[in-house]
Amino acid sequence: MTSGRVLGGLLAAVLVAAAGACGADRDGIRTVEIDLRYSTFTPSELTVEAGETVRFVLRNDDPIHHEFILGDAEVQRIHEVGEEPHHARPGEVSVPAGETAMTTYRFGDPGALLFGCHLPGHWSYGMRGTVRIG
Amino acid sequence: MRKAMVAAGTAFLVGVAGPAWACGGLIAPNGAVGLVKTATLAAYANGVEHYVTQFEFAGAEGEFGSIVPLPGVPDRVVKGGEWTLERLAIEVQPVRDLLQAESAAAAPASRGVEILEEKRIGALDITILRGGGRAVGDWAGENGFDLTPDAPEVLEFYARRSPVFMAAKFDATEAARRGLERGEGTSIHLAIPTDDPWVPLRILALGQTGDALVEADVFLLTERQPELLPGPVGSGAGWERDGLELVRDEPASPFLLTDLAGDRGMGWLPTEGMWLSYLQLSEEADELRYDLAIDASGGQPSVVDAGLLGVPRDVGTSPLWVAVAVLGGLGLVVAAAARRQARATA
Repeated sequence: MTSGRVLGGLLAAVLVAAAGACGADRDGIRTVEIDLRYSTFTPSELTVEAGETVRFVLRNDDPIHHEFILGDAEVQRIHEVGEEPHHARPGEVSVPAGETAMTTYRFGDPGALLFGCHLPGHWSYGMRGTVRIG
Repeated sequence: MRKAMVAAGTAFLVGVAGPAWACGGLIAPNGAVGLVKTATLAAYANGVEHYVTQFEFAGAEGEFGSIVPLPGVPDRVVKGGEWTLERLAIEVQPVRDLLQAESAAAAPASRGVEILEEKRIGALDITILRGGGRAVGDWAGENGFDLTPDAPEVLEFYARRSPVFMAAKFDATEAARRGLERGEGTSIHLAIPTDDPWVPLRILALGQTGDALVEADVFLLTERQPELLPGPVGSGAGWERDGLELVRDEPASPFLLTDLAGDRGMGWLPTEGMWLSYLQLSEEADELRYDLAIDASGGQPSVVDAGLLGVPRDVGTSPLWVAVAVLGGLGLVVAAAARRQARATA
């Protein structure tokens, strides 16, 4: 194989990976992949457009359960002090150990929202992030 | 060539504020943990590491336990001695305190984990397992160990140096049936071949909040005065830590060694020519991101063994590292891990 083909293959792989990590599907919904590893979200800061719909793909690489809760400070407070066996709302999903979960959310007006995990001790450990709505 | 050395380390977690599980061994399913103290002893002579871990029963009900990462595969797992840890503690206790005291007293297997040995000692179910941090975490979760959010990173931190762990599950119901009283301890003695002993310290902070004070007593017995890494405060050694104080640094008395060698399973210990080091650890949890590497052969301890630098991926299965870390047992800590903040823009 020539070096040109190798470079071309690498470039294609990078483009495919980039599209998977953050790309718009045919339905106009952008997909954002977030890794959950060492009880940390990566990336932990996102920027979206007002009115945009985003499909979050959450890959949990840890051997412990996590969750993804998207909302304002009040939503985070409620989840931090309360208990919910499951999450049925957009932007809220449980992510079992070693598994991948998805949730789709339509963002509203410009501003900022938070996301985080509220399993015991996880939020205070720093398992949280921010979405800026432009 | 193996270094002819004996290293004995005991770690007592003392006075840690916070949830009950932060105090000692574990992590009970349902959050009820009754271990108030986990003590460990690591020893090495003639190519064999002797490691003793002690659990103190605090009267909880149900099952709970801890996970202890090991540097290699033990070829012997037996009930530990009766007084070794206590005798060491007495040895370094100030004379004034002793006088005052006298006056006042007159499972299901998980994918990726290889179960090497299962044994019941007293009310403890012991499992020796081999696997990476992720696999051991999976196994722990499947076997009722409630891992705190920092556990995945800490498990991997140790697994990179040694993929061997000991899980100890304490059956409090069985303890009650056996008439075990609150405060009674059960010790486990493991004989592990290894070259470079080190004492796990970071694990003591597991599950603790960032500013929680982690305190421990660490005893070392070596055939010569050891080099330590990180260096204790004021030692002038590398990576000096304020939270690590060398309190005793002297030849071990024949009286002490004879006492220790007379305990069950301690006959391997020489009764003369040993060096006693006694260190007190007092470090905030988010600062405790290191272990104690020891070299008593005249060389310098490894920064990798001390947890100060990362471990190359291809050394994970090497038996060169003597790692003993008490997971969960000594409290799950919030290790203020460096957070990687990556950005994704639309």
